[in-house]
Amino acid sequence: MTSPLRDQVAIVGIGQTSYGKGLADSELSLACQAIVAALADCGIPAGDVDGLASFTMELNREVDVARNVGLGDITFFSQVGYGGGAGCGAVLQAAMAIAAGQCRVAVAWRARKRAAKSSRPWAQVPRRLDDHWQWSRPFGLLRPVDEVAMLTRRYMHEYGATRDHLANVALAFRKHANRNPVATMHDKPLSREQYLDARWISEPLCLFDNCLETDGALAVVLVGADRAVDLPRRPVYVHSGAQGLPRQHQTMINYFNHDPLEGPSWAAARQLWRGAEFGPADVKVAQIYDAFSPLVPLSLEGYGFCERGEGGPFTDGGALEWPDGRLPTNTSGGGMSEAYVHGFNLVLEGVRQMRGTSTSQVEGADTCLVTSGEGVPTSALLLRN
Amino acid sequence: METGFVLPDLDSEDSAEFWAGCRRGELLVQACEGCGRWRFPPRPMCPHCQSVALHWVPTSGRASVWSFVVAHPPLLPAYAELAPYNVIVVTLDQDPTIRMVGNLVTSAAGPINEVDPETIRVGEPVRVVFATVEDVALPRWVRTDPG
Repeated sequence: MTSPLRDQVAIVGIGQTSYGKGLADSELSLACQAIVAALADCGIPAGDVDGLASFTMELNREVDVARNVGLGDITFFSQVGYGGGAGCGAVLQAAMAIAAGQCRVAVAWRARKRAAKSSRPWAQVPRRLDDHWQWSRPFGLLRPVDEVAMLTRRYMHEYGATRDHLANVALAFRKHANRNPVATMHDKPLSREQYLDARWISEPLCLFDNCLETDGALAVVLVGADRAVDLPRRPVYVHSGAQGLPRQHQTMINYFNHDPLEGPSWAAARQLWRGAEFGPADVKVAQIYDAFSPLVPLSLEGYGFCERGEGGPFTDGGALEWPDGRLPTNTSGGGMSEAYVHGFNLVLEGVRQMRGTSTSQVEGADTCLVTSGEGVPTSALLLRN
Repeated sequence: METGFVLPDLDSEDSAEFWAGCRRGELLVQACEGCGRWRFPPRPMCPHCQSVALHWVPTSGRASVWSFVVAHPPLLPAYAELAPYNVIVVTLDQDPTIRMVGNLVTSAAGPINEVDPETIRVGEPVRVVFATVEDVALPRWVRTDPG
């Protein structure tokens, strides 16, 4: 049976603020500005918006966004959990709501002022823990980078992945950022030597295995496919989408199940491809969640671009690089070199690739995979034009 | 004395027994009354047979290193003072599906930055010791075959 979602809803507008550290505007102001920009991009009046979706970690409430932007009566609103795992899920839920007739014009967004030191969640840990963090943080496994580094060491041990593989990821995304004028790292080339000499953050991960800390906001507007064809931009269809919370998964400190290296990507991928009429070999460009470099080889495996354990070698030979790599990935620079807005900038870059307007445009790209956080309950989208 | 370490709440519903065991020098896991399987971290229901009946069993405290990291700043102040330090995940000899996070130390009272990180190996055998931090006994691990 064809998925009732397939190509029924399109992303028709995208908008964003500038990226920065310590931006003067509030998170609410940034969210509203991004949404207004996305509405202007598709020429839809604010009063037509009747659906909203974002992250549970989004601090701006729907009521405040709607009152500021002047949205209409909202008949669908939803938040998706688990931090960086939520981005594609928010877009997916908005698309599902339109496909199910619960709203007609939906906005999905993320606004974040991450750059302030005080906003780092790991630095605000209460001194006494009664939740699952009690099994890791007392031992000094404090930050997301530590939690992912633990899986990375094991991954390297089991499959022979190397720091050179992780450098392939960091360098590819930096090259793309160097071509993207709005990328935080636009003016900063990165060499393999710089990568290998960088200071450790949590061995085996160094500074350049980490994403940026960015303030900014981004939004997308979705409508049904019938309305999309009448709008100014080339419609970008939500071909398939999935969320994934695998059995016995523990978010971030996923050390307690039978196979910690088979992460949420695998669960999301099974549903994603079930809903699609094409497979991984047909995907021309990908935007893969990259809070940390090792999430990329793990996701390449999870979404079926290579076999288990082959994600490291897959990155060799410039495979992730525009224009000639076999899977140009994070073509705006991604979370590691464009901006880290909880992965939502990956959604907008996926849309630009399908419109033909990326600064590292993949020629003839007609399908794009976008993923959200690996290592947390996650989500993914297949876009097509 | 306030150490600045992040510590467990010793009174939380599902895990109080685990931490009480540590204070007695026992590394406990839950065993299901329905199917007998062990589980960790503690939780109220067995995911295999859905029984909520359970008891706690002491383990041998023998394990091997499954993975490890070496943490460098930026870190919370109490941890930054000790950096670089190791954090390990061990897998229990009696049930390799049970893993726990800890640190590799040279003695129960030893600091978490005493073992040379270059010498830590995935797979090396360890046994549990209990380090007193404020009112908490934290399970840490020493090599069973030092040197």
